[in-house]
Amino acid sequence: MSDKKTNAVSKKNNSFRLKLPANSENLDIIRKFVSGIAENIGFNEEEVYQIELAVDEACANIINHAYKNDNMPTEKIIHVTVRTRKDRIEVKIADKGVGFDPESLETPDMDRYLRERKQGGLGVHLIKTLMDEVKFHIKPGVRNEVKMVKYLQK
Amino acid sequence: MANFEVVREDKGEISVLNVHGYLDAHTAPDFENALTKLLQENRFKIVVNLNGLQYISSAGLGVFMGFIEEVRENSGDIKLAEVSQKVFKVFDLLGFPSLYEFYEKASEAIVKFTN
Repeated sequence: MSDKKTNAVSKKNNSFRLKLPANSENLDIIRKFVSGIAENIGFNEEEVYQIELAVDEACANIINHAYKNDNMPTEKIIHVTVRTRKDRIEVKIADKGVGFDPESLETPDMDRYLRERKQGGLGVHLIKTLMDEVKFHIKPGVRNEVKMVKYLQK
Repeated sequence: MANFEVVREDKGEISVLNVHGYLDAHTAPDFENALTKLLQENRFKIVVNLNGLQYISSAGLGVFMGFIEEVRENSGDIKLAEVSQKVFKVFDLLGFPSLYEFYEKASEAIVKFTN
C-alpha cells in the first residue's frame, strides 16, 4: 500500500520523546533527533538549522548551567519532547537543575558584547531570534521547561 | 565520535586552521586548544578555513571572541574564509561581519596578510 510509503512522520499531530544524560557529547544526538523530525514535516534546510541551533543552545545551557553543580542530588537528565502539528513544530526541553530567571536576561548589545569578548550567555538570545514563540516555565530543582515553536511557511 | 576536526597548515608566518564538521559546546574545546597552541608559539596571523564546517553554535562562536583581542594586540588577526551560506547566517546574526574579515577563498585571506 502506498500509505505505508509516506513519511515516517506525518503532518498530523505526533509526539516524540527523547530522554538522555545531560552531557555535551549528546548534543549531536539531540540535534539529529530534532532535525530529522523538522525535515520530515517540510522545513527547509535553513529552517532546520535554526531549529537545530535553538534546541542545541537550550540543551547546552542546561549542561553548562542548570546542572553545573556536581553535588546536586538529582539525576542529570534532559527531556526533549517534539510535537508536530499541521502548521508547526513544538519542542519542549526540560531539566531538573537550578533554573534561572528568564526576566533577568536582557537582550544583549551585540557590539558591546563582542568588544568585551564576553563568552556564553548568547543562547537565550539566539533561541528567541530563531524561533517564533519561546516560553519558559522555571521551577528550580523541580522542573524547568522551555517551549519553543516554529511555524511552517506557506 | 569524530564529528569535528582541525587541521593546521603553516605557510611562513601565517597559520591556516582547516575546520571540519560540527562546532558545538562539546567540540569547542578542541578548537580552543588549536588556537591556544598557535598563540603559545607566537603565531598571530591566523586564517580559519571554514570550508568543511557543517554547523556552529554559540559555543563555537565564543571561541573566536575569546582569542581575537590577544591576537590583535600582537599585530595579528583571525580572518575567516570559505564559510557556507548556511553557517554564515549564524555569524551574521551575532554581528560578526563588523568585527571579523570574511573571505571567499582562504588564499585571499592569506594574501591580505602578506600585503
